[in-house]
Amino acid sequence: MDIKAFKFTEDHEWVRVEGKKAYIGISEYAQKELGDIVYVDLPPVGERFAGGDELAEVESVKAVSNIFCPLSGEVLEVNEELTHSPELINKDPYGQGWIAVIEIENPDELNDFMDAEDYDNFCSTL
Amino acid sequence: MGELKRTPLYEWHKARGARLIDFAGWEMPVYYEGIVAEHQATREKAGMFDLSHMGEIEVKGPDALEFLQSVMTNDVSVISDGQAQYSVLCYENGTIVDDLLITKLPGRYLLVVNASNIAKDFNWLKSHIKGRVEVLDRSSEFAIFAIQGPHAEDIVAAFYGESVRSLPYYHAIELDYQDKKNAILISRTGYTGEDGFEVLLPNEYALETWNKLFEVGEKYDLVPVGLGARDTLRMEMKFALYGNDISDQTNPLEAGLGWVVKLDKEFIGSAALKSIKEKGLERKLVAFEMVDRGIPRQHCPVVIDGQPVGEVTSGSVSPSTGKNIGLAYVPTGSSKIGTEIAIDIRGKILKAKVVKAPFVPSHVKK
Repeated sequence: MDIKAFKFTEDHEWVRVEGKKAYIGISEYAQKELGDIVYVDLPPVGERFAGGDELAEVESVKAVSNIFCPLSGEVLEVNEELTHSPELINKDPYGQGWIAVIEIENPDELNDFMDAEDYDNFCSTL
Repeated sequence: MGELKRTPLYEWHKARGARLIDFAGWEMPVYYEGIVAEHQATREKAGMFDLSHMGEIEVKGPDALEFLQSVMTNDVSVISDGQAQYSVLCYENGTIVDDLLITKLPGRYLLVVNASNIAKDFNWLKSHIKGRVEVLDRSSEFAIFAIQGPHAEDIVAAFYGESVRSLPYYHAIELDYQDKKNAILISRTGYTGEDGFEVLLPNEYALETWNKLFEVGEKYDLVPVGLGARDTLRMEMKFALYGNDISDQTNPLEAGLGWVVKLDKEFIGSAALKSIKEKGLERKLVAFEMVDRGIPRQHCPVVIDGQPVGEVTSGSVSPSTGKNIGLAYVPTGSSKIGTEIAIDIRGKILKAKVVKAPFVPSHVKK
């Protein structure tokens, strides 16, 4: 996975674009902050989310965190593997730990995100 | 984190990369590597916990036993020197001031109390003193480590000598440290459901001892364990946690602690508890597991026939079984094992059922 292909939000979600599809997950920083992830509540395929809507819930042993949908669009696919192996988010947040695929409605929304370098700098200020 | 208190091992935890949290005003490790791994290590091998935030209150004087009998729910007269006992302090109305461990030692009783309740307990005891009794808050002097798990005995024996192997459950021995007589107290107690020991020692020996225990423990796969796994380990055993499952809003009978409530003697709260018992309990603390997918959390409502009837007091995934489990108060009529209940988890009504506790078998030394 080339990290340069990823864009990041201030809420620690990442977006990776493939044509009209956007893969969504959470960052290495986020998985570390959460600790052992033991439960993921995935969105229904076919549902439309606006940018900033709650997309999924991720729970660690101690806490519940909401994952926000960085982009507006319809859910094309979700990572069913996470239902049985939520720890994939800890092990491989940028690869096997992806959460959902959204059909990009408005490519302009992508301009709001940070690239990997800016995101790294952002994390170091937290 | 402003004015948080720190144990003598704070720098060690930090250097080890622990995630630190505010726990009852203390900056404590919640985990080092991860809660699940530390939980499994304790069940399968051995884990060591820094519990130095807990409080130590000493009670002594010619009337110490009589005084303790007047405030403790359990019968303190049955323990002799070198024995420990689990007990509860109650208010007049039968609700709980704190739960604690009493150890009888020559000429004194040592009470180990919850970190969040040190000042409250101390003031409570002081204000109810009867006769020639001294009550001392010695919390700032001591550190406590717990070494728990199937390898705990080997580790503690390798460090403190073979004599600890024969220490029975809920017994304690005092050991010398260098030239100081009886400086260390080792008890065969714990809060995990595994065999293990708790070591109470003066702060000044804490870091050195902790490091040496890890040196000795290395070949037994000893790992440091944070408060996160301490919570999941005790939850699997249905051990009550003050502030979650027991509080000044609950009484020990409904919390399933009737076994430490001796109503054949008089103590603060005994009259109220007698009348509660005679009337019959309205609700009980039960163990439950989720049938539907979802992790129950503290304060989630328990729902029966569409009505909220109680509340989850502790909830988590069980690292040992992978099931989502919890403890909750439910009406006595719904407390039988197998009863179907539902938990309202952030607006979703999810099926659960009352199950037998503990969730996993206990391995304490009986």
